[in-house]
Amino acid sequence: MQENQTKRNKLVEWIDYRLPIFSYTDHNVISYPTPKNLNWMWNFGSLAGIVLVIMIASGVFLAMNYQPNTAIAFQSVERIVRDVNYGWLLRYIHMNGASMFFVLVYIHMFRGLYYGSYKAPRELLWMIGVVIYVTMMATAFMGYVLPWGQMSFWGATVITNLFSAIPVIGTHIVNWIWGGFSVDLPTLNRFFVWHYLLPMILFMFVVVHLWALHVHKSNNPLGIDIKSKDDVMPFHPYYTIKDLVGLGVFMMVFLFFVFFYPNFFGEPDNYIPANPMVTPPHIVPEWYFLPFYAILRAVPDKLGGVIVMFSGVLILFVLPWLDTSKVRSATFRPIYKQLFWIFVLDCILLGIVGSKPPDYAFFGLIKGVLVGRAATIYYFFHFLVLMPLVGKLEKPKPLPNSINEEVIKACRAKED
Amino acid sequence: MTDTPADKILHGADSPSSRRDFLLISTSVLGLAGLVASAWPFIDSIGPAADILALSSTDVDLGAMQVGQAITVKWRGKPIFIRYRTAKEIKEARDVPLSQLIDPQADKDRVQKAQWIVVIGICTHLGCIPLGQKPTDPRGDYGGWYCPCHGSEYDTSGRVRRGPAPKNLYLPPYKFLDNTKIRIG
Repeated sequence: MQENQTKRNKLVEWIDYRLPIFSYTDHNVISYPTPKNLNWMWNFGSLAGIVLVIMIASGVFLAMNYQPNTAIAFQSVERIVRDVNYGWLLRYIHMNGASMFFVLVYIHMFRGLYYGSYKAPRELLWMIGVVIYVTMMATAFMGYVLPWGQMSFWGATVITNLFSAIPVIGTHIVNWIWGGFSVDLPTLNRFFVWHYLLPMILFMFVVVHLWALHVHKSNNPLGIDIKSKDDVMPFHPYYTIKDLVGLGVFMMVFLFFVFFYPNFFGEPDNYIPANPMVTPPHIVPEWYFLPFYAILRAVPDKLGGVIVMFSGVLILFVLPWLDTSKVRSATFRPIYKQLFWIFVLDCILLGIVGSKPPDYAFFGLIKGVLVGRAATIYYFFHFLVLMPLVGKLEKPKPLPNSINEEVIKACRAKED
Repeated sequence: MTDTPADKILHGADSPSSRRDFLLISTSVLGLAGLVASAWPFIDSIGPAADILALSSTDVDLGAMQVGQAITVKWRGKPIFIRYRTAKEIKEARDVPLSQLIDPQADKDRVQKAQWIVVIGICTHLGCIPLGQKPTDPRGDYGGWYCPCHGSEYDTSGRVRRGPAPKNLYLPPYKFLDNTKIRIG
């Protein structure tokens, strides 16, 4: 910091005195103190931020050729793929970018769950994160409607119909959302507008997310507080470089799908133009919604299913208060650590159940809906019963004194 | 708090602060009311527009239909199922005791003429279109319609008999213009 200031030239000084943009950058990006023991799991936040930028950039350019009109939406997407210069690339980047965004954010969230990054004093940071997640889901849902294929149309119909479960005013709300009596031109038109607008709002939430993060700084794998200058390193160049390495690896994965398996995450039925008179035999949402779709279907009652499904997301808001343990990192929590991995498996199982038809039987024996019910019950059991109880009953391992001490110990162990 | 002369000027002489408080509250309420009122046109603008409301009725001629045949017509962007029921289908629909139904409703309350059942062809669960209009379609265990999305089954009166759907298939408003012509909407 001191060094930087002496090096600054006159112009920088002149600007910074009037608008402290250079001090701000230095404070938040360059000399920003970061725990020096962060592992690779801390790459996913910055990666998600980069993918958001990729999505906004590719989305803006796609919107220059896309037409939100039911008569030509499908053809306009085909025109983008066939006639627009590099249109195919933009489209596949945007399509697969959405999947990648969710992959990164899910890893980011599970990182937070494992290392207790939602615990005091980072509750608001976590809750803003949940707001970002919900906004992402809304944005992705509306974006998926735009190509106006069969899955677009029927996905939109099924999801918007969720609101008809609300007693008394449900039907009116649905007609208001649709702008008519079925998913049609007004619906497509407004979804396009929202799909364009929401990422900007998402971006603002990300700024607030980082703001909250920078107040108490990053958590770390040990889950203990930063105690001295020895525990931290300046963000630049140490973590900018590490994040760039992560970006390189991520881009290889991302572009592998874009160039070699661009339709891997998609549903072939979405290459059939929307037909309001024919429902495809098996409607599935995009993969990143599957666990919640499984929860919805696990409940035999319509309104009940909708309530339980939304609770599945909203329960994350109160997570910081459901976990009663004072110890942040699962590294020092022998029981919670195992429960965490069971929970991860439970979420994956829900995703698998969500991808199967309603009458699917696992191994031809166990009814999918029963598996879905068991997994749904466990999902809530984990949050509502296990987390509060384990925090009270479990005896955590002793916590290390400082981040620095542990880092030095690990280095010595490596040398020996 | 003691009433200094300054307080008297600030809050009014008789009752301290009440007149100023009243002004503050009434201005705030008026301001809020203005905000709410100005939000309404924005909210209402995305409701169904006049041209969409205008497309409200469809005329259908049932004269050419054969016994047992089903047709689908479009009304307000939704499919309307019309089936010329056979005597057996009518009997099945009439003979079911109401106590066996998820959403109890007598068949005679669901049709205007016993042979023609007219329903909105949208599953009351989450809005898929049930199968059963084509002769080759599965019609479920109750001989009516079968929704492929989550497995709801409907009988020959369009009443839900099994599955997650909470309600019978909805009935569109329609009336007979003459013996074989109906106007939906």
